[in-house]
Amino acid sequence: MNSVWLAIIGFIVFALGYRYYSKFIAEKIYRLDPDYVTPAHKYDDGVDFVPTKKVVLWGHHFSSVAGASPILGPAIALYWGWGPAFLWVILGTVFAAGVHDFGTLVLSVRNKGQSIGTLTDRLIGKRAKMLFLFIILILVLMVNAVFAWVISNLFIQFPAAVIPIFIEIPIAIWIGYAVYKRKAKMLVPSLIALAVMYGSAVLTSKLPFLQIDLVRYFGGADNTVLFGLDGVSMSFFVWIVILLVYCYFASTLPVWKLLQPRDYINSHQLVVGLIMLYAGLLVLRPELTAPMTNEVSDVSWFPLLFITIACGAISGFHGLVASGTTSKQLDKETDARFVGYLGSVGEGILALISIIAVATLFANAGDFRAAYSDFGAASLGGMSNFINGAAQLATGIAIPADIARTIVTVIVVSFAATSLDTSLRLMRYIISEIGSEYNFKPLTNMHVATSVAVVSSAALVLIPKGPNGFGSGGYLLWPLFGTSNQLLAGVSLLLISVWLKKQGRNFFYTFVPMIFIFSMTLYAMFVQVVFQWSGLGETDANMLLFILGGIIFVFAFWIILEAFRVFFKTDKTPPIDTSM
Amino acid sequence: MDILEKFKKVITIYDEILQQPHRTEIAREMREEEDLFTLLCFSEMLGLPNPAFYYTLELYPFVIERFHDWHLRMGMEKSPLNGIRCC
Repeated sequence: MNSVWLAIIGFIVFALGYRYYSKFIAEKIYRLDPDYVTPAHKYDDGVDFVPTKKVVLWGHHFSSVAGASPILGPAIALYWGWGPAFLWVILGTVFAAGVHDFGTLVLSVRNKGQSIGTLTDRLIGKRAKMLFLFIILILVLMVNAVFAWVISNLFIQFPAAVIPIFIEIPIAIWIGYAVYKRKAKMLVPSLIALAVMYGSAVLTSKLPFLQIDLVRYFGGADNTVLFGLDGVSMSFFVWIVILLVYCYFASTLPVWKLLQPRDYINSHQLVVGLIMLYAGLLVLRPELTAPMTNEVSDVSWFPLLFITIACGAISGFHGLVASGTTSKQLDKETDARFVGYLGSVGEGILALISIIAVATLFANAGDFRAAYSDFGAASLGGMSNFINGAAQLATGIAIPADIARTIVTVIVVSFAATSLDTSLRLMRYIISEIGSEYNFKPLTNMHVATSVAVVSSAALVLIPKGPNGFGSGGYLLWPLFGTSNQLLAGVSLLLISVWLKKQGRNFFYTFVPMIFIFSMTLYAMFVQVVFQWSGLGETDANMLLFILGGIIFVFAFWIILEAFRVFFKTDKTPPIDTSM
Repeated sequence: MDILEKFKKVITIYDEILQQPHRTEIAREMREEEDLFTLLCFSEMLGLPNPAFYYTLELYPFVIERFHDWHLRMGMEKSPLNGIRCC
């Protein structure tokens, strides 16, 4: 089958979903009111609460939620063939993610622009909020540990990408300074920055001496360098230390100095990447060489597919963004459909190109099965497969393969680096919040909280021996990432359902995806904790995953019980905004 | 609308999209700086000795509106300082 059909079918389903399903949800379920005074107008302070045009807000929302996860998840999930991944991405986007992202936005708008965390506290209770915080803490710890390894791995595999990535840092600092202190415009300098980065990518691809290849510097993979570490392990160690030191500074500096201008450049990269890959797809029109379904014996697609592809189908993280910043800037309540629903469609489009890039990479199904021999190999090679597949698509618009590979690596590392330092910053906030909640003052200090975040992430990365060798300790916990993220999505859907029920509305359309997400998540957790990690099944015991997975499972169950208690409570006085 | 104008409009929207988060962060930084400045101006009234008090006194007519915005933002309906009656 030609891959263009996959893109066409995906786009048609997304378009129909937006045109009809989101309209139905907006009018009959959320009952958007064009005259409702949104928090952006009510509390307009020129900073957080600012009425914003819907197109601008959509772009901002989409660039905030788009990252490496909608690429990585589908690239791994192709292990079960492209069919299940494709179906889950398009149907999940239309019936689950769209309703979820759109709903959290509306719920937050109807509640003074408060975030999902605050709403959990108000609607479910303080206990649930603390459980919630601990789950998010483990979630961001996993992101730090895994993304540090992913970026290091990409630097080792694609050394030509190192210089273009590192060039971005001084340029971003310069742009931040120019914009903040000299009130300069950002568009032209950031486009120049992009040109410099891609220009250097061309140079490093063609000139091997510009490739920062640590493995070669350390005398090759077989050479023992220090402390018994070979060339590859030592390279991982050096890159991980550099990345975590960078993250310390990136997450403690004022955001306008580095993070904001760098995100600005990365937003261009998102646009460039999507245009480059879809244009390449239209020109090349490659055949799908991966099988539609792949029979496997180690890990069943049901229920693991639904937690492997989180971003790109449905992701709890989107609810945090929608209720955290987007809801405070919504001009009219009716704009929520465009911003929230189309934001998740944007993620779906990114996930779709990830599926197509990997499914067209291999020469035939045999090559695919060799690369995706087991789930471990799929997890390990997912990102590299995407890069190679995407580079192959990019050759369709006359970019030489080696340069395309470097540029795609630069784009992916930029997204992953953004995820890494955002999650480290988030971890710092959570540690501070837990410190103030339990009245432990030292943790509320920015440098102490950041140090705790960096040291614990480094410990997880470097101390345990991970499945992918030295430095991949984060992968030990990675199976918990999807479950924690989907749990967050389930809680958000439940909050929306509680709100709809209290308004006397039909909550079927949010309740059904919620039941689906909760059941898949708990089922997957139960199977993994009991049959994979406890040692009761065929595999050996993994006590670290068993204990942490068990804790998250209990927390998840506890939150759900607390939430259902609230859901079925016959409370006549709704604790939420009734001004509708 | 000709093609050039359409293109310009698209570029403007694109720029606005990218500016959005930066506008927020820069506005927040500015607001924090202003809050600190306001605190310095009114520090005498909070019991903090201010050697530049006679000079900051002259600034009151200019900062009074900002002060009003500040106490509203902090959730105080009326001015918290007896000496300053902005509302």
